[in-house]
Amino acid sequence: MINTFFFGLYPYICLTVFLVGSLYRFERGQYTWRSQSSQLLRRGQLRWGSNLFHLGILTILGGHIVGLLTPVVVWEALGISHTFKQLMAMSVGGVAGVFCYIGLVLLLHRRLSDSRIRKTSSFGDIAVLFLLLVQLTLGLCTIAVSAQHLDGSEMVKLMNWAQHVVTFRGGAADFVADVSIVFKMHLVLGMSIFLVFPFTRFVHVWSAPIWYVGRQGYQIVRARRSR
Amino acid sequence: MSHFLDRLTFFKKYEGTFSDGHGVTTNEDRSWENAYRQRWSHDKIVRSTHGVNCTGSCSWKIYVKGGIVTWETQQTDYPRTRPGLPNHEPRGCARGASYSWYLYSANRLKHPMIRGPLVRLWREARKTKSPVAAWASIVEDADKRKAYTSRRGLGGFIRVTWDEANEIVAAANAYTIKKYGPDRVAGFSPIPAMSMVSYAAGTRYLSLLGGVCLSFYDWYCDLPPASPQTWGEQTDVPESADWYNAGFLLLWGSNVPQTRTPDAHFYTEARYRGTKSVVISPDYSEAAKFGDLWLHPKQGTDSALAMAFGHVILKEFHIDRQVTYFTDYCRRYSDMPFLVRLIEKNGRYVPERLVRASDFDGGLGESNNPDWKTVAFDQSGAAVVPNGSIGFRWGEKGKWNLEEKAAGTDTPLTLSTIDSRDDVLPVAFPYFGGQHHDYFTGTDHDEVLPRHVPVRKIRLADGEVYVTTVFDLLCANYGVDRGLGGANVAQSFDDDVPYTPAWQERITGVPRSQVIATARAFAKNAEKTNGKSMVILGAGINHWYHMDMNYRGIINMLVMCGCVGQEGGGWSHYVGQEKLRPQTGWLPLAFALDWARPPRQMNATSYWYAHSDQWRYETLAVNEILSPLADKKEWSGSLIDFNVRAERMGWLPSAPQLQTNPLEVARAAEAAGKDAKDYVRDGLASGDLKLSCLDPDNPANWPRNLFVWRSNILGSSGKGHEYFLKHLLGTTHGIQGKDLGETGEQKPSDVVWHDQAPEGKLDLVVTLDFRMSTTCVYSDIVLPTASWYEKNDLNTSDMHPFIHPLSAAVDPVWESKSDWEIYKGLAKTFSAIAQEVLGKEKDVVLVPLQHDTPGELGQALGVKDWGRGETEPLPGKTMASITVVERDYPNVYARFTALGPLMTSIGNGGKGIAWKTEHEVDLIGKLNGIVGEGPAKGLPRIDTDIDATEVILSLAPETNGEVAVRAWAALGQATGRDHTHLAAAKEDEKIRYRDIQAQPKKIISSPTWSGIESEKVCYNAGYTNVHELIPWRTITGRQQLFQDHPWMTAFGEQMVVYRPPIDTKTIKPIIDTKENGHKQVVLNFITPHQKWGIHSTYTDNLLMLTLSRGGPIVWMSEIDARKADIVDNDWIEAYNANGALVARAVVSQRVPEGMVMMYHAQEKIVNMPGSEITGTRGGIHNSVTRTVLKPTHMIGGYAQQSYGFNYYGTVGSNRDEFVIVRKLSKVDWMEETAVEAV
Repeated sequence: MINTFFFGLYPYICLTVFLVGSLYRFERGQYTWRSQSSQLLRRGQLRWGSNLFHLGILTILGGHIVGLLTPVVVWEALGISHTFKQLMAMSVGGVAGVFCYIGLVLLLHRRLSDSRIRKTSSFGDIAVLFLLLVQLTLGLCTIAVSAQHLDGSEMVKLMNWAQHVVTFRGGAADFVADVSIVFKMHLVLGMSIFLVFPFTRFVHVWSAPIWYVGRQGYQIVRARRSR
Repeated sequence: MSHFLDRLTFFKKYEGTFSDGHGVTTNEDRSWENAYRQRWSHDKIVRSTHGVNCTGSCSWKIYVKGGIVTWETQQTDYPRTRPGLPNHEPRGCARGASYSWYLYSANRLKHPMIRGPLVRLWREARKTKSPVAAWASIVEDADKRKAYTSRRGLGGFIRVTWDEANEIVAAANAYTIKKYGPDRVAGFSPIPAMSMVSYAAGTRYLSLLGGVCLSFYDWYCDLPPASPQTWGEQTDVPESADWYNAGFLLLWGSNVPQTRTPDAHFYTEARYRGTKSVVISPDYSEAAKFGDLWLHPKQGTDSALAMAFGHVILKEFHIDRQVTYFTDYCRRYSDMPFLVRLIEKNGRYVPERLVRASDFDGGLGESNNPDWKTVAFDQSGAAVVPNGSIGFRWGEKGKWNLEEKAAGTDTPLTLSTIDSRDDVLPVAFPYFGGQHHDYFTGTDHDEVLPRHVPVRKIRLADGEVYVTTVFDLLCANYGVDRGLGGANVAQSFDDDVPYTPAWQERITGVPRSQVIATARAFAKNAEKTNGKSMVILGAGINHWYHMDMNYRGIINMLVMCGCVGQEGGGWSHYVGQEKLRPQTGWLPLAFALDWARPPRQMNATSYWYAHSDQWRYETLAVNEILSPLADKKEWSGSLIDFNVRAERMGWLPSAPQLQTNPLEVARAAEAAGKDAKDYVRDGLASGDLKLSCLDPDNPANWPRNLFVWRSNILGSSGKGHEYFLKHLLGTTHGIQGKDLGETGEQKPSDVVWHDQAPEGKLDLVVTLDFRMSTTCVYSDIVLPTASWYEKNDLNTSDMHPFIHPLSAAVDPVWESKSDWEIYKGLAKTFSAIAQEVLGKEKDVVLVPLQHDTPGELGQALGVKDWGRGETEPLPGKTMASITVVERDYPNVYARFTALGPLMTSIGNGGKGIAWKTEHEVDLIGKLNGIVGEGPAKGLPRIDTDIDATEVILSLAPETNGEVAVRAWAALGQATGRDHTHLAAAKEDEKIRYRDIQAQPKKIISSPTWSGIESEKVCYNAGYTNVHELIPWRTITGRQQLFQDHPWMTAFGEQMVVYRPPIDTKTIKPIIDTKENGHKQVVLNFITPHQKWGIHSTYTDNLLMLTLSRGGPIVWMSEIDARKADIVDNDWIEAYNANGALVARAVVSQRVPEGMVMMYHAQEKIVNMPGSEITGTRGGIHNSVTRTVLKPTHMIGGYAQQSYGFNYYGTVGSNRDEFVIVRKLSKVDWMEETAVEAV
């Protein structure tokens, strides 16, 4: 029952809040739609902290998306074995995780120890750092679990779960009924991050200026037109 | 419509490219740009300005958006100047630009507040008692009274309603008037020019009660006593645009870019025009960089420098070579040709006084005031009585002018007796430069310097007498050799003789070559331009005990070079910015002269000195400042004794006046069937009535109720702050020294000494402010007032010729009200409550011998004190005049809100001239409406603050051309000359409040001032004296360089001399008793004006604090810091016998060794820790100062040296003070809760 709730129902609650909430905030709170950078208050510890953190977390995020949502048939067609994929996930994810971990600790230290940054931080600003720290710790712990399943069987359960969830197929919860408790906690906390996403500075993820990479032209002129 | 949907434009985002694809045009949503547009959009702009101790009177646009004041920017629409002269804009400074922060700041006062213990006592008493009885039950019970007076400054305010606050204040006022007399209710508010109606609201209320209005200009030590001494004029100066016309600008002790920021551009522009400039300042001030040369004398020795300049000018431009323009100017416009009697005293010849017509048999044909008509030689050497001396001003008409005439015929005067001399006599001059001072270098010259002076022997009524001219004495005084032999004169500038350039080197440290070069350049320019050499001088030299020496030294230079009264020349004293241009229109409103005359006005310096008991700690003995030529035995007593003598002789005002309630006195006189004047005179002579000043510590003579508004007296101007706290307020204080009773030193002789000093004299302190200032923190009741963007008012300045409005951009926020509405409300409550104990009453008022009235002809030829049995008390002659005034206490409100009948029946006037003003009363009635019923029925209404502005503008010659023409005509009667042409072209012009809201308006030339508004010349002080031949209001009618009052003689200041700073003796008693293990350094304590607070804002403005160091700071030199192991930003403590203060040290190369600068008026309420020494919070800059009075400022009833409110009188100097500076061992923020008293 609990299993069905957390892995069958809870994902949809989280995804709904994540999407609708983001949309709502984007529409109604344009001025709040920002990363709330504290760089103006202090530059110290940001070069290492922020860069390590972002490098790490973006790598991890990309790994999770590709790793979880790419259908098994694609991997097979490409001739990538589960074991190889498992090892890749553990090694690349592990390195990125350590980067991210170091960055996160630096950022957390900076946020708590600098009195001006501390004073200007909201509860959410501090809470999300802790949230990520815990989630990252859990994620790194899963490496140990995965090491006992180098055949990738646990990984395939998680992939099936994720793909069933996003394709609205029933019975997703069943896939993860017997995975390690560490994975379960990692999943629940991960979904919770989606849940709080619209209400925190996480929203800046939506607005990451990736368009900049593929922009046309050097000078951009916005046409004068009322629409 | 939707931010999200609008972004979904993947396929039509790009409209096209340009520049070979380097540019791209998009049609993405642009509504986000509105955010930036809305940031600077606004609903309206209102014109207002800022009224702190800065009547820079800069025009500001106040922006309002959604009912909220959002920001301000500089207005740029001043009327243009004439061609060839730069315009007035830009005006404004960072302080003013940050002002809107205050409106909604956390420190804003939002509601009336009362000290907790007081309101609890009040509510308890009011359950059973009527208001006045309730107040009596609190203040007559010593424990109850102490329950709140001892908590002053320790927090605990409670929010109350306006009704309750008004009721307490009104009950306290009524009780005090009934029990002690109306002159125990006093009010302090400074600088009316900064918001005239707000000032007038409080003084109108007080004056209708018979309360005391306290002066500020003298107390702030912004008043330069040398100005009334020389010109009979409070202060009159050129507008800043006139700097541009100068050929040589000497900037002396004034920091124009920092403290006169909006005017500084004229200084820059003058430099571009080619004006030469020398800046004199001991520190490397912001002004120093403007100079071709920066002179940095040791602080406080400026008069030595001025004497040396004068020596060079006299020698090179008057003796070795005569400049026709200079000689002619001095003969016509200064007292230099006038005759001085020489007498033999203790075997020496000394100058006695100016020769008067009455000295001759038959008075040289003068029968009207011959004692007050001065005498000179005509070109044939005969004694004549030239027109223009003060004797011609009163009792006759047509000869009070500066025409070169005597007895109706053309009579040019002779400047010197040297060519017609009968003899040469050694005349003794006092020398003070040899006096020992622990921290100032002196020279080893004798204290009396005999110098040869050419004399003539003439026959007077009392026999043959030697006389000489002021010019001859002046040359001798400066030590200039005229080939007459004798000692103490210099052949060369290198002689070490007072007052040569070589002599001053040891004292000031300025190289003689720079002195000679500067003096030559100054005089040479004046010679070439007919007087366009100007001195801009300021607080840096005016805040010293002997400031009049600094100033007279400079004035002498200007007069010698014919600069005063010439465009681009003269004396530019910009300290205090007192110029209330529509003064004569404002006076009736402010002091309720439309209902009763005279008002009670008091010189604040003497008032605070007596009532905060600073006199009980006096360390300066009179014989330390007496002339070596004076007989010490004749001049016994302490400083307060001299002040009391001056009050007794009617020279200075008193408050309170009589020990008996003046309402009782009037009643007793009536009962005795005597005229009050005779009753009081006889009572004083017999001792049945006593003057309050003789016993200031007697509870019958305490001030009881104090109103403070538009002022922060306890956070800024209150010299001797800790004495205020102890004796006036009765709360925790930091005084470290002992009073004369404890030290066993000489006590006053004329004043009663109580062994136990009173603590907490004031029953009630009420402060009106818009922010929780240091003064508010110490008050019992705090009333929230409107700020400068929330009220309608008027503002004028010395610095430009416009009249400017303050306008309500928004209504007063929260529960605040404008000062006008607050006092009006108080008047209403008072009228109702007073009926419990007061009705129509008669009040006996004592008024000193006033300047610009016949009273200024007091004792002409000597000083006789009736109090010491030397003469009879003669009201208006040897003592104050006595008047009975009717008060109508139940109708104070009706009177407050209507223009009273005296404007029609008596008229208006000012500065010795009077005119009728019925026509204007009629006009005001039409503008404001007429009162329909009640005791003021049929009179013009003054309901709102705008009504009040219209009263001022309609009555004043400066803003109503018709009145200006009438006023000039009235002056013409006295001078016998036609001056109406100065205003005739503007006769039809009437400036109204809404006119100046549309654009600041240039005022109309008026006889109240000595400059004119014209399209040809800039406003310049003394202009009408020189060009219209209107006499200065002095004894000779000319610029008075020789001061012959017996007190001036006794204190050695007949002629200007160098006097070193006084020794306040506050270091020795304490320096070894308070050690905390850190090294100490003793430094001169200097309190200049700062860049981040005054002017235009206060030092609790966060925006400004962010730009400085965010809290209390002092500046010190690297050398002194090293001596005491202090590094930049260390917390330090500065202390002496007066008290202590804490601050952080700014260690700077800018500051010379030996001084510490603490910018004036840093608030006790921001980032202020406790003091190790006093155990109380911080201390402000005035915690280490104490007022010391100077007897020569007490002189009265003597032509130019006569009392006028804010015009003459004792001044609160403070720069002679020294402090011990050391590192603080522990910074204690004192954050624990104060223990609540039972």
